[in-house]
Amino acid sequence: MAAVRSASTRLLANRAFLTLCLAATSIAMLVLAILLLAIFVQGWSGLSWDFLTGLPSRKADKAGVFVALMGSLWVCAICGLLALPLGVATAVFLEEFAQKTRFTRIVQTNIMNLAGVPSIVYGILGLTAFARMFGAFGTNVEDAITLGSEESLFFLRIPFGSSVLAGGLTLMLVILPVVIIATQEALRAVPGSLRAGAFALGATRWQTVWGITLPAAVPGIMTGAILAMSRAIGESAPLLVLGGALFVSGAPENLMSDFAVLPLQIYNWASRPQESFHAIAASAIILQLVVLFLFNGIAVFIRQKLQKPLQ
Amino acid sequence: MQTAEPTAPTQTAITVRGFSSWYGSFQALRSLELEIPSQQITAFIGPSGCGKSTFLRWINRMNDTIPSARAEGTLDLHGEDLLSKSLDVVDLRRRVGMVFQKPNPFPKSIYDNVAFGPRLHKSYTRAELDELVEQSLRSASIWSEVKDRLHSSALGLSGGQQQRLCIARAIAVGPEVLLMDEPCSALDPKSTLAIEELIETLADRYTIVIVTHNMQQAARVSDQTAFFFEGRLVESGATETIWNKPKNKQTEDYITGRFG
Repeated sequence: MAAVRSASTRLLANRAFLTLCLAATSIAMLVLAILLLAIFVQGWSGLSWDFLTGLPSRKADKAGVFVALMGSLWVCAICGLLALPLGVATAVFLEEFAQKTRFTRIVQTNIMNLAGVPSIVYGILGLTAFARMFGAFGTNVEDAITLGSEESLFFLRIPFGSSVLAGGLTLMLVILPVVIIATQEALRAVPGSLRAGAFALGATRWQTVWGITLPAAVPGIMTGAILAMSRAIGESAPLLVLGGALFVSGAPENLMSDFAVLPLQIYNWASRPQESFHAIAASAIILQLVVLFLFNGIAVFIRQKLQKPLQ
Repeated sequence: MQTAEPTAPTQTAITVRGFSSWYGSFQALRSLELEIPSQQITAFIGPSGCGKSTFLRWINRMNDTIPSARAEGTLDLHGEDLLSKSLDVVDLRRRVGMVFQKPNPFPKSIYDNVAFGPRLHKSYTRAELDELVEQSLRSASIWSEVKDRLHSSALGLSGGQQQRLCIARAIAVGPEVLLMDEPCSALDPKSTLAIEELIETLADRYTIVIVTHNMQQAARVSDQTAFFFEGRLVESGATETIWNKPKNKQTEDYITGRFG
């Protein structure tokens, strides 16, 4: 028979464990606090309207983030507009339509693995597939095909080169597995009894998905999608490989424009020797954080707003 | 009221001959022989796992969602083969409604819950749909309780109300048969009584098949009773006969509570 443990020993163990957990949490919080403090001390004074709307400059006090900010928004918009429908459709197919066969299992495993692939690998893929199009249109820098004038909003050329479109497509590859997995989990969380209820009323599979399952899964899907977008907006490695320029004179005007993004701009400034550039790098980091929090805020807002009718 | 006039003998709605079914290699039902009368209430009783729910789910082909499920024999609704590969199950399920064990309202408004089914099958004007929703809710005797909050969430209703809403939802598509799989097992006694009363009024218009674990419920509401045991149909007939003079020893033991 096991020895009886006294109440005081068990209470002590309980308290020790609690302290341990608190300590672990505190360390994480402390690191975050120090990080934020350092950035805010360094970068707060540099934040101004001029900084927000300013163009890049060789002088730190004149340089602004406008080009990088607009580049980030363009790339993220393209990435989101493509990844969301594609990812949701893939997840719906895998969860609601596909039979569980060897083929779907392989696809599933692949998606899981792709979610863990380092993003720089996607950069290489993007460079090959989108920027250069496997060299199918020659290896020189000259565009093989152009459509429309270079100044118009609808200018298109093939291959895409280091354009915002190539950047958006590359980031789409990065977040696609994340969107698919988040959507699959949201769909799995919808009780089977709801599907059965719809089938029993004579709904087809498609009517069930469109009328019942997807609406019930929207809060989960949106949360996953926006968290994926926050990842996309913070990515720098794949865009660096793609040739996202570190110095661009203007905001993107069409899908074929060269672009800079916030993380690359930060990297550019932070790697310079001058102290003054480190300061505006910190300011840009604050801006990046604001954009991130905004994204996450939208995710929380959507989730709360859409979950209300479910309660 | 159920004792129909002698000039209108009860018609058979569903005919079952030599019906067997399997999940993979497991035989769930063995050579059932049964006739389910039109516009009456037929109760399926029997211990858990005896196959009564499985059989119910064949009548509206819900078993199609289980890849390993298959069936042999005859299962007819007014002479139409329900096991036919070419049968339009979407149309079948419109004609054979189902109410589940646990209330499963959609996470939508009360109105949209009822309107969901009709909207699947054809397009209605706003006024037609309003009318249909009201009629369905009235038929399910829940109209007076929800008429002032048709556009609030169905999930705010109590369990018993949710189940009556699910019945309204099933009625709204205009079925002729209603299948009920232990519709009261998740409800309190008061809600159970309300549903039982509802079921009796519905029998005027619908052929009702109800699976129940509650012996008293089967005795109270049903006209016909079928007793299932280990995948076989042991005995079936008028509820009065089954209760008062069961032919089979197993049936007697079960309904008197000696096993199961």
